[in-house]
Amino acid sequence: MKAVCWNGKKDVRVENVPDPKLLNPTDAIVKITTTCICGSDLHLYDGYVPTMQPGDILGHEFMGEVVETGKEVKKLKVGDRIVVPFTICCGNCFYCKNQLWSLCSNSNPNAWMLEKAYGYTSAGLFGYSHMFGGYAGGQAEYARVPFADVGPMKIPDGLPDEKAVFLTDIFPTGYMAADNCNIKEGDIVAVWGCGPVGQFAIRSAYLLGAHQVIAIDHVPERLRMAEEGKAITINMDDEMIFEKLRELTGGRGPDAVIDCVGLEAQGHTLDAWYDQVKAATYMATDRAHAIRQAINCCRPGGTVSIPGVYGGFLDKFPLGAAFGKGLTFRMGQTHVKKYLDDLLGKIQEGKIDPSFVITHRARIDDARKMYETFAARAAGCIKVILQPNENGSVMHA
Amino acid sequence: MVSATVYGQPTADQKSTSSSDQPSQARSSTREPYINVPSNERWVSGLSGAALVLAGLKMRSIPGAVLILAGGAMTRRAWTGHCNVYGALGINRAQGEGAAPEDYSSKGIHVSQAITIDKSPEELYRYWRDFQNLPRFMFYLDDVQILDDKRSHWKAKAPAGMSVEWDAEIINDQPNETIAWRSLYPASVDSAGSVRFVAGPPGRGTEVRVTFDYIPPAGKAGWVIAKLFGKDPEMEVREDLRRFKQIMETGEIPTAQGQPHGRRGVIGSIMASN
Repeated sequence: MKAVCWNGKKDVRVENVPDPKLLNPTDAIVKITTTCICGSDLHLYDGYVPTMQPGDILGHEFMGEVVETGKEVKKLKVGDRIVVPFTICCGNCFYCKNQLWSLCSNSNPNAWMLEKAYGYTSAGLFGYSHMFGGYAGGQAEYARVPFADVGPMKIPDGLPDEKAVFLTDIFPTGYMAADNCNIKEGDIVAVWGCGPVGQFAIRSAYLLGAHQVIAIDHVPERLRMAEEGKAITINMDDEMIFEKLRELTGGRGPDAVIDCVGLEAQGHTLDAWYDQVKAATYMATDRAHAIRQAINCCRPGGTVSIPGVYGGFLDKFPLGAAFGKGLTFRMGQTHVKKYLDDLLGKIQEGKIDPSFVITHRARIDDARKMYETFAARAAGCIKVILQPNENGSVMHA
Repeated sequence: MVSATVYGQPTADQKSTSSSDQPSQARSSTREPYINVPSNERWVSGLSGAALVLAGLKMRSIPGAVLILAGGAMTRRAWTGHCNVYGALGINRAQGEGAAPEDYSSKGIHVSQAITIDKSPEELYRYWRDFQNLPRFMFYLDDVQILDDKRSHWKAKAPAGMSVEWDAEIINDQPNETIAWRSLYPASVDSAGSVRFVAGPPGRGTEVRVTFDYIPPAGKAGWVIAKLFGKDPEMEVREDLRRFKQIMETGEIPTAQGQPHGRRGVIGSIMASN
């Protein structure tokens, strides 16, 4: 089958690889109808995530049709159309039973690697380095899905792929980011980064009752899409973010801030350049500009929600400001399964159509070019979906 | 964090206690040459030593003198029953019985690890008590056969594709609480282990606490070598327990072995390390 393989920094290739096989009794094999390139794939593309090996198959946002099931798979049947959450969960450990699906303590075969880095392990992820399990990803024609009865959700016929596929990651991720803000009546929420997760965070904050959402970025297309989502936008190239946020909130500051940027933050202040130099010379792993600014801008007693991915160590982290203002921090990989039923319902009720975020549709053979385009934020690129199978069943709304 | 402990030479305290209380049993700490060569080996050593001395005397040359010295050393080894090389490696081939408790503390490796599993003590005990299940999560084991109610036969993987086998007996068995076992003489790896199943706080499953002691084939040197080659006993036991948890909670051991991947290039590997 064709698969998008990581071959090194800024080097992905579409290669012919063997088809996946059932390896465990609870596995299923899925023929992929739609798969996506995620903003967090760019962290792999840019070489920020350790324990990647050349040849690793990328991709963790995919859906398709079940074509084979292991002997312990009871709920799924061949022919079912499913979305596959990017966090793999066993459904039986303490964390899964407590809805902390992305912290599953059984699904990572390389748990010892994460334990060395973080003290304890968390869930295995599709196509996201060996320390997160070394699972082959879903930018391919087929994928093997472990614990197939637990994570995946069946999608009713008639709901097109383009509306359903973002349930695998970015919609629940944006939604959990807003959910973590504990939004109350009258709250103003500021969102750093208007990539796909930022876009869903904006809309989710409104779904959860925010009074106003303010969105910060510097890519014109992204700001425009944020405005379509009813956010007030701040272009960081033109305006002073702290002052503008004060002004927009009557001097109070936002009640909650969401960092949808993560470890590759860019900025125009001294600390942002300092981060870039340190990261470029391998003296630091993560660039902390966005989260520093978000902490600084948040009102006292407010909430800092972090869906953006961080991997290692942060320099010049303003813990003093966070402590002084008594902030609450909520973060982590998305507990996708916790939100699936609810969000599918919202799509079916027409409260949101997630396909608004798609800017590029391509065949899997064009993956290399699409990574380049997405990484450069060129051609108005916000979200790329790929169609891996010639006769895939992508339906259009 | 590190709970694998190598017990080194006895400390001054331990030495004085052991020599005053039981001087005759202080085997490894005494300075006198002690017997560590079995009698058949002493015979071979003595006869070949004598032959070397005779051959050396006949040669009347420098190589001859070397033979005389070597032969002399072998004769001495036979006469005293003490081999300096075995002594340095911590090997005692003259022992006639299984390891005594004090051998575990003077020469053994001790590992203790704990993991919490979301199952009842009863379920966990039942699975572990059937020793035939152990190779499913203890990957260094090939096979365990049950001989009778207490005794079992264990087969482990050894370096270079060889295997090591021994019998073990259960020395403590308290249903749903504790199982303890030890190897029986003659075992190539003297070992003893125990597992306890203790109910955790409400809603927290069962704490499984394991201790494992063994005397490696070539004393502490064996452990150092094992470490060098990545066979870290603490890590092994930790991974064993993780697999036990995975089997008990999910019925399988998650894996990514056997999945497809693209070409793994040498140059790519170097790039990947950046």
